[in-house]
Amino acid sequence: MLVEAGHFALALALGLSLIQFVVPLWGARANDPVLMSVAPSSALAVLGCVGFAFLALTFAYLTSDFSVLNVVENSHSTKPLIYKISGVWGNHEGSMLLWVLILCLFGAVVALARNSIPMRLQANTLAVQAAVTVAFLLFILMTSNPFRRLIPAAAEGQDLNPLLQDPGLAIHPPLLYIGYVGFSISFAFACAALIDGRIDAVWARIVRPWTLAAWCFLTLGIAMGSYWAYYELGWGGWWFWDPVENASLMPWLAGTALLHSTVVMEKRDALKVWTILLAILTFSLSLLGTFLVRSGVLTSVHSFAVDPARGTFILGILMIFIGGSLALFAWRAPLLQQGGLFAPISREGALVVNNLFLASACATVFIGTLYPLALEVLTGEKISVGAPFFNATFLPLVLPLLLLLPFGQTLAWKRGNFLGTAQRLYTIFGLAILAVLITLALTRGGPVLAPFGIGLGVYLVLGSLNEIVTRSWSRGKPLSVAWAKATGLPRSTWGTVIAHAGVGLVVLGISATAWDVESLGTLKPGERIGAGPYELRLERIVPRQEANYREDAALFRVFRNGQELGTVESMKRLYVTRGMPTTEAGILTSGLTQIYVSLGEVQPDGAMGVRLYYKPLVLLIWIGAVVMALGGALSLTDRRLRIAAPSRAKASPPVASVPAE
Amino acid sequence: MTRRTRKTRRLTLIAAAGCVLAIALGLVLYAMNDTIVFFNSPADVQAKNVAPGTRFRLGGLVKEGSVQRGDKQQIEFDVMDAQSSIRVQYQGLLPDLFREGQGIVAEGRLEPSGVFRADTVLAKHDENYMPREVADTLKRQGHWQGEAKASQQAQQN
Repeated sequence: MLVEAGHFALALALGLSLIQFVVPLWGARANDPVLMSVAPSSALAVLGCVGFAFLALTFAYLTSDFSVLNVVENSHSTKPLIYKISGVWGNHEGSMLLWVLILCLFGAVVALARNSIPMRLQANTLAVQAAVTVAFLLFILMTSNPFRRLIPAAAEGQDLNPLLQDPGLAIHPPLLYIGYVGFSISFAFACAALIDGRIDAVWARIVRPWTLAAWCFLTLGIAMGSYWAYYELGWGGWWFWDPVENASLMPWLAGTALLHSTVVMEKRDALKVWTILLAILTFSLSLLGTFLVRSGVLTSVHSFAVDPARGTFILGILMIFIGGSLALFAWRAPLLQQGGLFAPISREGALVVNNLFLASACATVFIGTLYPLALEVLTGEKISVGAPFFNATFLPLVLPLLLLLPFGQTLAWKRGNFLGTAQRLYTIFGLAILAVLITLALTRGGPVLAPFGIGLGVYLVLGSLNEIVTRSWSRGKPLSVAWAKATGLPRSTWGTVIAHAGVGLVVLGISATAWDVESLGTLKPGERIGAGPYELRLERIVPRQEANYREDAALFRVFRNGQELGTVESMKRLYVTRGMPTTEAGILTSGLTQIYVSLGEVQPDGAMGVRLYYKPLVLLIWIGAVVMALGGALSLTDRRLRIAAPSRAKASPPVASVPAE
Repeated sequence: MTRRTRKTRRLTLIAAAGCVLAIALGLVLYAMNDTIVFFNSPADVQAKNVAPGTRFRLGGLVKEGSVQRGDKQQIEFDVMDAQSSIRVQYQGLLPDLFREGQGIVAEGRLEPSGVFRADTVLAKHDENYMPREVADTLKRQGHWQGEAKASQQAQQN
């Protein structure tokens, strides 16, 4: 019964979103506050309906209701509780429902923020948001209904893909979706501004927190996915330039550019048209990502089912929204008031350079991801574009960006001083070169560029922190004064510094992979294998039986220079229901360094195939990403961001505003 | 600000953007020549006369009974489609789902002896999935009847 109620709630949500789409748009056009006020209330009602549908599906999973097809295909009564819950979005239908739920959640938050957003802007924004909701609800109801019954009911489920039965993957999709879908808000705001023909610094102030929040979640989601691939797939790699990974990287790059261009717009009232375009492109890339992952044009763990009808439907949604918003842009953008110009050597000039490089880097990822698909459709020739392509295109575009980062951050607004800024960074340059020399002295082997990567990472971390030092410390003053000044700096400054330092940490982690050591071997109990300064001894192999799988666990003792550090366990599992084997890597963390061991097959002579990695400083890659997200979150809590918007909004009541037409 | 500096500044901006885009485009075109890997089935390799030393992806089914394991995780097996097969050598850990009769994709180079030396072997992510390229090849050759049958069919040929 609850299942049918859930289905009905989805249909109801579709009707309500249609109202939310049409009425406020009309109200904004006719300047009718009553019609416009339909937007927030309907947004909350839609959230209620979709939330109910989601809970109904979750309930079916929790109670293992095998009369529901979706539950039968993706669950099993013996599955642990957490995977019964994560199973809800561990499949195509459920994950699309989660997508829409998050979309409505964002709409509801915009609806509740009614005091800080001018009424017309809010009405138009929620209308655009509702249009997206309508499209995806139609998609779910017509092609991917999660509430389909199975008659007669099955006795037992077919279990969730074992690769997805993992705590990391339980939270990866929600994080990633909050990021993807969060950009729909910037998109809706951009379209609303175009519809209204009005855009100013207040708009940027309102939009920036939304973009920032989405960006933080997307950063965490990508980092989580990367860490999952690292420990679950058993190859020790953390980024494969797989199309599905690229699908999440593209909105991230565009979103990062958007984040920086809204700052310019907020502070200097410039780059308006470009910011609007970026907001549209960022969400378009999110939609493209959804299409690539969900339509089955790519093969990976993410494509749960291949159904041509779905692919065509999503492609349709993609074309309507990308084409529609770009057409709207082409039609209305020339009407927008031109922004101011500025000197090339200035903070805003540096941010333009940032945008240029980020956008170009995003474009190379775009080409590398879509070219093989296009070529196959056009000529039938199948090619694969992998890491070598992206190393040759993406890296050369990102390196200058990173080199300029501390420099741009130090430049003053309006009119910067090139030499003065360079002088403030002399010490940092020196320290970075020192880091290169120390690395060269301490290490042997590895590519020539790796020590320079370490230097770059040090330069980025120190160069970012330098801003705090130069703004609070001056010669001859006691440290307590400097401390008071530093803690008194705005949180958004600290946020910027921390996020940029996070970039430096990621660069350090990536550079350190140059000194990874991999060794392959076949071991019998008592035998040893070594990698880097570490050595592992295979103790024993234990068979185990768990609720939904059985496994052979190999227990290793880890030694460093003859001293025992502890034990690590690596498993070979067989998930009984699907008859699918998986490898669970054993990982020992020591500081930021990891020892990573995964099992192969049992050799003819009874020895166990073993692959061992020594990965120095590898954790910095993900820690850096988390630090970046933390910096963003800190910036979000800045009081200026929250307070400025409502006070400005009150100063210009919506009724008195005149469109720029 | 005079009209003239406005214009020059705008031009500078556009020129800078043009430069970065041109560099990006150049890098992409350069990389397209060098780094792209083609996908071939065993029949394609023969038909196209792929030169030894060229890096490509080889996809097909692992022939039943062809897997031979040596020391140090050395492994040899035949990858086949409906028309022909190629011997593959590989050293290292195989994916969890590597089995005889299973569809796989191997990346590496052809040696002058005609043996394919792979440095990567990919298998599918779950038990119902076969690498799409492999499935397409079999379909094109008219032997697609689901995975298990496809494998038998190809055996008989």
